[in-house]
Amino acid sequence: MLGLNRNDFLMLLFVFVLVAAAPIFLNPFPEGSTFAQFNAGYPDLMQRFLIFGIFAIGFNILFGLTGYLSFGHAAFLGAGSYAGVWMLKLLTINVIPAIVVSTIVAGVFSLMIGYISLRRSGIYFSILTLAFAQMSFALAASVLTPITGGETGLQTTLSDPRILDGAAAGTGNIPAPSLFGLEMGHSWKVAVGDWLWTFNVGYYLCAFVLMIVFYISIRIFRSPFGMMLKAIKSNNERLSYTGISPRPYTLAAFVISGMYAGLAGGLMVSMDPLAGAERMQWTASGEVVLMTILGGVGTVVGPVLGAGIIKYFENIFSKINDGLLEQWFAFMPDGLADFMVTIVHPFVGKGWHLSLGLMFMLVVIFLPGGLVGGVTGLFRRLFRRRSH
Amino acid sequence: MELSALLLQVLNGLDKGSAYALIALGLTLIFGTLGVVNFAHGALFMIGAFCSVTVQRLLSLSTVTLDETKTDFLGRPLEVKTPYVESWFGESVGQAMIDWSVPLAILLAIPVMLLIGFVMERGLIKHFYKRPHSDQILVTFGLAIVLQEIIKAYFGANQIPAPAPSMFIGSFDFGQLVGFDPGVLMYPYWRIVYFLFAMLVIAAVFAFLQFTTFGMVVRAGMADRETVGLLGINIDKRFTIMFGIAAAVAGLAGVMYTPINSPSYTFGMDFLVISFVVVVVGGMGSLGGAVLAGFVLGILESFASMREVIEFIPGINQVVIYLAAVLILLARPRGLLGRKGVMES
Amino acid sequence: MSSDKTPLNIPLSRRSVLKASAASAAVVTAPMIIPSSAYGYANEPKGDSVTLGFNVPQSGAYADEGADELRAYELAVEHLNGDGDGGMMNTFSSKALRGSGILGRKVEFVTGDTQTKPDAARASARSMIEKDGAVMITGGSSSGVAVAVQGLCQEAGVIFMAGLTHSNDTTGKDKKANGFRHFFNSYMSGAALAPILGEAYGKERRAYHLTADYNWGYTTEEAVRTSTEAMGWETVAAVKTPLTQTDFSSYVAPVQASGADVLVLNHYGANMVNSLTSAVQFGLRNAQANGHNFEIIVPLYSRLMAKGAGENVKGIFGSTNWHWSLQDEGSKAFVKSFGEKYGFPPSQAAHTCYVQALLYADAVERAGTHDPCGVAGALEGFEFDGLGNGPTLYRAEDHQCFKDVLVVKGKENPTSEFDLLEIVEVTPASKVTYDASIFGGELGTCNSGA
Repeated sequence: MLGLNRNDFLMLLFVFVLVAAAPIFLNPFPEGSTFAQFNAGYPDLMQRFLIFGIFAIGFNILFGLTGYLSFGHAAFLGAGSYAGVWMLKLLTINVIPAIVVSTIVAGVFSLMIGYISLRRSGIYFSILTLAFAQMSFALAASVLTPITGGETGLQTTLSDPRILDGAAAGTGNIPAPSLFGLEMGHSWKVAVGDWLWTFNVGYYLCAFVLMIVFYISIRIFRSPFGMMLKAIKSNNERLSYTGISPRPYTLAAFVISGMYAGLAGGLMVSMDPLAGAERMQWTASGEVVLMTILGGVGTVVGPVLGAGIIKYFENIFSKINDGLLEQWFAFMPDGLADFMVTIVHPFVGKGWHLSLGLMFMLVVIFLPGGLVGGVTGLFRRLFRRRSH
Repeated sequence: MELSALLLQVLNGLDKGSAYALIALGLTLIFGTLGVVNFAHGALFMIGAFCSVTVQRLLSLSTVTLDETKTDFLGRPLEVKTPYVESWFGESVGQAMIDWSVPLAILLAIPVMLLIGFVMERGLIKHFYKRPHSDQILVTFGLAIVLQEIIKAYFGANQIPAPAPSMFIGSFDFGQLVGFDPGVLMYPYWRIVYFLFAMLVIAAVFAFLQFTTFGMVVRAGMADRETVGLLGINIDKRFTIMFGIAAAVAGLAGVMYTPINSPSYTFGMDFLVISFVVVVVGGMGSLGGAVLAGFVLGILESFASMREVIEFIPGINQVVIYLAAVLILLARPRGLLGRKGVMES
Repeated sequence: MSSDKTPLNIPLSRRSVLKASAASAAVVTAPMIIPSSAYGYANEPKGDSVTLGFNVPQSGAYADEGADELRAYELAVEHLNGDGDGGMMNTFSSKALRGSGILGRKVEFVTGDTQTKPDAARASARSMIEKDGAVMITGGSSSGVAVAVQGLCQEAGVIFMAGLTHSNDTTGKDKKANGFRHFFNSYMSGAALAPILGEAYGKERRAYHLTADYNWGYTTEEAVRTSTEAMGWETVAAVKTPLTQTDFSSYVAPVQASGADVLVLNHYGANMVNSLTSAVQFGLRNAQANGHNFEIIVPLYSRLMAKGAGENVKGIFGSTNWHWSLQDEGSKAFVKSFGEKYGFPPSQAAHTCYVQALLYADAVERAGTHDPCGVAGALEGFEFDGLGNGPTLYRAEDHQCFKDVLVVKGKENPTSEFDLLEIVEVTPASKVTYDASIFGGELGTCNSGA
């Protein structure tokens, strides 16, 4: 169906259901209950899951298929973000031009960087992409301040021209990004029993885009083009002996994944109209590399999972403070409760990085190939044992 | 632009370059000998720096007495601290020991870093030799975060000053040696010490690899691990020692760097990217390349930070290292002195 | 679609909604869509508690400063809820706060990590607004974060009480109707420093500026240049240094040969600690130039930075928002309750955050509502005293506090690890006041999110 084989179609369907129902199952704990802090079903985080998911899916098209490890992909996300905010400032507060233009700008930018960087392979390629991204970051944060807003970031303002709608004139408030009048921040709240679910416009726009690009990525993985990319990964030299030059293919993959990054940037500013320079820093590039490896390099759904987990740690674990810990362990006798708070304290709140680092290590030690790769490997082993 | 100003930046470049080279040296040893992408290398540098802080803290352990004549911020009697070393060895010897805590920290850093290196290699890295580079990146990055967070939990996030011994505070007037006016070509003593120290460590590592049987085997192992293994030589054990040495080199670079920049827990990450760039620009698998690239990039960075240059090309000081890296890698496919076939796929 | 008809980012407070619905005894089993008209404004508290969002750096270079901010907020919450000794509530000129929470509701709080990155800070603030129903966001340790979060709060319709942010932009070019700053700014630093510098170092000086290459650095360099040049100093050169720079040797090395006799370090945090260390290493402290002793100036000081720079700060002038050694009743009360709770004196970041929390609570009490427009009305033009910086005005035109500014100097003989700065001069507010329009920007109108 949809040009996919049965397994892929089922996976697409699975992801569709997952994404559509996320506002419900990401809030497993009733409001006001002790563990409500673990709920992730609020618009900002749900949007981030999908946007970084798109970023990671795109990255995986390059890294997972061709094996070229780009350490500068954040530059495309950043370029897309700036293009998006400028569209919101100059043209219209409608998000469509922002999303489209940011994808195109990132595409052009990645074509230029990819054309140069792909002259080298292996670690030399990685360092070239890293160098370009770091230059973009450094310039965006300093000398390009008039275009990028510098370290403070680029925001929409009251005095923006917005030639198509000129909205906000006179109201004293900057209009929020919208899709033909439907604001991205608008939400419907539904209460069922003690549970509260938030259905957010921006989230479903991201979900719509994610489903499209996810479908495209499956098609790329299964296409002759994808086969060619995999051939580049497994044996670059032999491929050149057959008379095929791999470079146009890798460049195409590079530009596609750059456009995914730009699209993610465009969506990001559509949800929250701010573009900051640190989005281009090497740590941001490193983050998408980690997301992809954590979820499973070369697997279709792994990167989305990796993105979700890292963003969950960043947003949920960092907000757990001692007050909450005391609440959780309040049912225990005093001494034990204090002991538990002391034990858990270093891993949450300001120590959330520690949990993240430990998780990276545990996953890669016990699940070679990332979460998806590791878990399927585990299942395969169990299954084989049983059948023997 | 005056000649003395240019010469001053050459000195600066040599100094920066020696720091880059020293940090990159350990990284390229691990890259070259073990084929492991070690993202925890910056963290090793940082732990070295905190060896200085630890020694300083140990030497400053104090008895507390109350001075009733003075008050603290809450109006209570002021606590006066007397370091144990002062009461044990007398005030002047004790103060001299605290003053010299950074050089003394070398004595602590060598065994500590060797141990950390051995444990890391045996306990973790060993299992990743045959795994893809991506797994190595994830596990070493995770380790780097964990090491950082442990330091942060104990020492806090603020920078901690670890000054050089007071006799090294001040500058040496190079200009007067070569006939310039006094004061135009001055260079701080401690930075000269750092440069000489870096040269010494680099020379020692080279000599070790060049002139010892151990080094010969390791170099052979770098070139062709399997064949060396087939000869019945236990290459694994040697690689463990190599990892320990690389960790020690990183740690020493960190110890001696603390008077130049007060360390904090993010100290390592600040240098991680630049040390990767240095190693790759130098060429994979080449120790000499890493050192050469360190100096080239250090000197270029120093020139780019000159006022006259920034006024001519705004922002050049922000990007010069990366720009140079791009140009060098485009002109020379394997960096300055890289060998074919190392980390290319 | 005009924004007054449709709610903009309706961040409903879940907790309060559920409490309200439970109160109406409607045991909900069937899905119930909660209409946005249930709220008069964003996150209107409906139960017996109100949630504030404390958004401070908990990782990265400013994590210690963030930890101190958080301590101050926890202390403020304690005092607002009537626990502890009441701190500055006893010395505050407004007597609206009675230690019974805010408008009778118990004060609760959520915390988050800004990471000192605008993106992360906004994500954290959004989660507080969307998930936890925070009615006010406060904190932060950099201007980039302050400007970003202030913009977000304006869009979401909650009040933003800035933490440590010193750039002119926060209440200048980027000011917002929902945002308020108690901390001082670059302009005030320049205006307060210049006369003292003139007195100490003479009016014929040649200054060399090293400036961190980002927004805060630009405004600080401009402020110090303008005020010192007006007094007769000459600026020899101003060189921009990358924000990510760690070794400043190549920037410091040429200073001495440039003909300058003063070095101004427009750096903060790690930048300042490292550049000052380099400058001292290059012997600038002991140098002579143009017949003067060579001098170094750090426009914005903090005690935590002074601690990081160690011996190097001795005798170096700078400005600061507040210092624990101040002897007015408000400062003494605050140092006492903070010191007794945590064992060391508060930093200037802790002070400004504590004061901001109190000012917000007081404004709500006086306005009788958490509605951002009501709160803004109560803060605009508000004059108060007893919070540590003398008589203070929250100016209506740009939401900036005008109060005394401290000129400080690194102490030569510190008696303890906290005793690093000494106050040289308390510059009265009148000397650092400027016209609200000089930095441009538009305040806009307040947004209550509904």
